Amino acid sequence: MQLNRDALLQAYRRMRTIREFEERLHIENRTGEIAGFTHLYAGQEAVAVGVCEHLTDKDWIASTHRGHGHCIAKGCDVGGMMKEIYGRADGLCKGKGGSMHIADLDKGMLGANAIVGGGPPIAVGAAIAAKLAGEGHVAVSFTGDGGSNQGTVLEALNMAAVLKVPKIFVFENNGYSEHTGAAYALAGQDLGRRVEGFGIPVFRADGFDFFSVYEAMRQALEIARNGGGPAAVYATCTRYFGHFEGDPQNYRAKGEVEKFREESDCLTGFRARVTEAGLIDAAALDAIDADVLAEIDTATVAAKSAAPPTAADVLTDVYISY
Amino acid sequence: MPVITLREALNEALHLEMARDPRVIVLGEDVSGGAGGTSGQRDAAGGIFGVTKGLIHKFGDGRVIDTPISESCIIGAANGAALAGLRPVAELMFADFVGVAMDQIFNQAAKFRYMFGGKARTPLVIRMSFGAGMNCAAQHSQTIYPFMTAVPGLKVVVPSNPYDAKGLLLTAIRDDDPVVFFEHKALYSRKGEVPDGDYMIPFGEAALVREGEHATIVALGRMVPFAEKALDKLNAEGITCDLIDPRTTSPLDEETILESVSNTGRLIVVDESPPRCSVASDIAAIVAQKGFRDLKAPIEIVTAPHTPVPFARELERAYVPGPAQIEAAVRKVLADG
Repeated sequence: MQLNRDALLQAYRRMRTIREFEERLHIENRTGEIAGFTHLYAGQEAVAVGVCEHLTDKDWIASTHRGHGHCIAKGCDVGGMMKEIYGRADGLCKGKGGSMHIADLDKGMLGANAIVGGGPPIAVGAAIAAKLAGEGHVAVSFTGDGGSNQGTVLEALNMAAVLKVPKIFVFENNGYSEHTGAAYALAGQDLGRRVEGFGIPVFRADGFDFFSVYEAMRQALEIARNGGGPAAVYATCTRYFGHFEGDPQNYRAKGEVEKFREESDCLTGFRARVTEAGLIDAAALDAIDADVLAEIDTATVAAKSAAPPTAADVLTDVYISY
Repeated sequence: MPVITLREALNEALHLEMARDPRVIVLGEDVSGGAGGTSGQRDAAGGIFGVTKGLIHKFGDGRVIDTPISESCIIGAANGAALAGLRPVAELMFADFVGVAMDQIFNQAAKFRYMFGGKARTPLVIRMSFGAGMNCAAQHSQTIYPFMTAVPGLKVVVPSNPYDAKGLLLTAIRDDDPVVFFEHKALYSRKGEVPDGDYMIPFGEAALVREGEHATIVALGRMVPFAEKALDKLNAEGITCDLIDPRTTSPLDEETILESVSNTGRLIVVDESPPRCSVASDIAAIVAQKGFRDLKAPIEIVTAPHTPVPFARELERAYVPGPAQIEAAVRKVLADG
């Protein structure tokens, strides 16, 4: 294992932060205080964190409509994110973007993206910039099984391969394109084979297992950071909540999520692995759990009481000059 | 002063700015051309209309990037490159191809800054040829700047002559907001005086192409030389008009138009797009709203009809507004009221 104790603790903290953030939003959504659409990432934490733990602020990621996990994994401020989701003036995007448009360019986060398939072409461009800069940085896009069916994703795969840019395509197959199963909507089923058709090496990962994703990403980066052009990580996983908050999930068998939670949960798996290996004791992980719970609680309370934007704010930030 | 074509003027601007600023890249289909061909010759195209000719030899294939035919990804990549600190100039060949790239233009580029609470900077130029006149039929001839003008977050440029084209393109590349740059394909060979060096033309400042007293004509792109032709004929009869070329439709120089109408009291707007929700109807509405009391006659708009662009020479000639229609419109507003 290449990760030292601090790195393991950090990875666990990030995954736990995503989990608590999303679980809390799931509860708070029912109060009616949160406007608009919210798409929760809980269940998929190992993918975002397994990928982003390899990255620095100078590496770019382009996310999806289900973006909270990617944002937290890339280092976006949790308090600022919560305020953004509550539509507050001092939210990360001043309340102008909301859940689906959280971005922090200083952290290399090119934005969640409410257009499914919108991110991969953007990440190709960031990879062009990284290649020109020649400092070994990469651009990463996250795409679901649903998004993988967008033409833009195929265009991006082809163009990244043609231009040999340092781009990692991360595919997260969580089994559902909105309310329709991947078993129906994903022709060929094995998305990795589709990507290999572009001559792009694919590293398959168990999306429930942080270590599996982390290793797949390491291999992909070895290619991309060393002038080998694009690579891909293909992770299979599940989401614990609906497509959006309020989705009754009539398309899922009874007990499906509970089974995943019991048998495959990424946090439970991580905890077992590091404690059984004697790398970290359970008390240290418990302390993180308590810490994170308090942090999310503070963030939520602060977001609820923060001031909303004013009507005058509608008119700002359209152009830099006009 | 050198006399060159609009195509050459644009090419000069690209050469100048790429030499001055290493962050500028050019990408699109066949911007160089020849990659993967059997002749081994690069720059086999230099852009479908020759606007990017010669760039690859000076700046290399790291900055002059031939892409597959993937318009969505071309614009998407330009967006990502811009967010990551470059200043991309993307070429879309024909404005009609915007259909397959629209998401990256109006949902992404135009909105990053706003959605991200003012943090994003998207210094992006999207160049595209537009307009009828070369019998390219319905999917290679449209005038679509009205769509773009309607999108908050985009700036829209429509040059009518070589001098403006060079100065406006330099401004566009240096601008920190996304700019859509429309080049009329029938104007690429239009010649005019263009200084060698570097100069910028600010956005939102119309050009007063001709001065006159009887009416105000506002025209864009290829309609500007057509309006000049109409005016040559009318001038012989002693009829003179202000001819205003807004040069950018977003931002729009309303002030120059309203001031002219306050002097002449009569307005004709000439626009190659179909009439509904056009730049013509937009300017007419602005003047009706803000300059109503200055008007002595109803506003005339001269536009293409509400049809696709036809192919056959006779049909296309009938479709594109020309000097005769402009002349008739001037006579109509002068006869009325």
